[in-house]
Amino acid sequence: MIKIIKAEKIEKTVEELCIKANLSLRKDVLSALKKAYAKEANKKAKAILCAIIKNACVAAKNEIAICQDTGLPAVFVGLGEGLNVKGSLAGAINKGIESGYRKAQLRNSVIRDPLLRGASYYTPAVIHTEIVKGRSLSLTVLPKGFGCENKTQLKMFNPTAALEEIKSFIISAVKDAGPDACPPYVVGVGIGGSADYACLLAKKALLKDINKPNRKKHLAALEREIGLRINKLNIGPMGLGGGATALGVKIEAYPTHIAGLPVAVNISCHALRSASKSI
Amino acid sequence: MKKIHAPFTKEEISGLKAGDEVILSGRIYTARDQAHKKLCEAVKRGNRLPFDIRGQVIYYCGPTAAAKGRAIGSCGPTTSSRMDKFTPELLKAGLAGMIGKGRRSAEVISAIKKHKAVYFLAFAGCGALISEYVKAKKTVAYKELGPEAIYELQVKDLPLIVGIDAKGGSLYDKG
Repeated sequence: MIKIIKAEKIEKTVEELCIKANLSLRKDVLSALKKAYAKEANKKAKAILCAIIKNACVAAKNEIAICQDTGLPAVFVGLGEGLNVKGSLAGAINKGIESGYRKAQLRNSVIRDPLLRGASYYTPAVIHTEIVKGRSLSLTVLPKGFGCENKTQLKMFNPTAALEEIKSFIISAVKDAGPDACPPYVVGVGIGGSADYACLLAKKALLKDINKPNRKKHLAALEREIGLRINKLNIGPMGLGGGATALGVKIEAYPTHIAGLPVAVNISCHALRSASKSI
Repeated sequence: MKKIHAPFTKEEISGLKAGDEVILSGRIYTARDQAHKKLCEAVKRGNRLPFDIRGQVIYYCGPTAAAKGRAIGSCGPTTSSRMDKFTPELLKAGLAGMIGKGRRSAEVISAIKKHKAVYFLAFAGCGALISEYVKAKKTVAYKELGPEAIYELQVKDLPLIVGIDAKGGSLYDKG
């Protein structure tokens, strides 16, 4: 039996997710910030972490965006094999973005031609669709700002590269971002796949609960070690020093080719916002 | 905590040192990438700027629209380094202060020193919190740029950190 889902329902859900993601900070991010605040020894860093936590409260209380950069909205769709959409899926997503962004007074930061620039709009979103088992549709909205998106890095390693080379590359990507992209960061890492897919994996890694270690033991160890080394860089909140440079390092891995080992790093600012729902 | 009022004279900020925490009140102007491009084109052509830039403070910010009953929406700083290629020209034209986040180029630091200006850091990624210090907003120029237009903001007790002082001292160079 194929289940039918109406485009209108998708539109409503996306609208709701845009508002939720932009106005209320993810619980795991908020709790990581509070942990970082409790642990921070640097006085200035502690005061900035306090402002960051306060910012989330002000946003939720007054129903205003956590950050003015409400992103180039990315939408992750898990489309069940046993499901048909009545109407246009992409159309429904973009309509939902438009109405959610309008309702919550979010910023229209999308320009239609990257070279000609011109007026800014709410859409189109960047939509990533994955075919999954089952008969449900999962939707995730990630309104990621571009201050940190601009710090993305990709490197195609040789398959015989030493693990240390990969660790150094990830840490140096954080060093390059330095104080500019709103640290403390959440560091998304994509390992494997192809060049394009590694970049997608790195972004998808940001959707994971940042307080839960990776399910694969060797990746969990890697996340922990890289996180500790990043937090010794003394970049700190706003780049003014301190122990909180990364709130978490998250890795997504995927099979790859015998000749390659792509690694992508997608850094998120401390205002890591996303919301998900299955329908 | 030092209190300063914008616009200001170069003498008023000459005592500020990188790392100082200050609170700023008065009038500031938002401008980011496209507005900077337009301002610099106007300067180069010898055209009048949409506001008298001498002694003024530019805030690198593209706010969200204001919710009912509020002066402005979320309004945190954007990455300053994207404005680096335009900044020396504007400092030469009389710009006295900038507010943003992150590092500046060597050229900008030396232009700040030359023109005895100041660069402040605002709480990065705290747009909702910063909106509490903004009391009024009006559009000044380039309305067609939407969130990138130039807005005049009235702020009260906005907390800032001196990032680069008039002597060229930079907070990020101290390591």
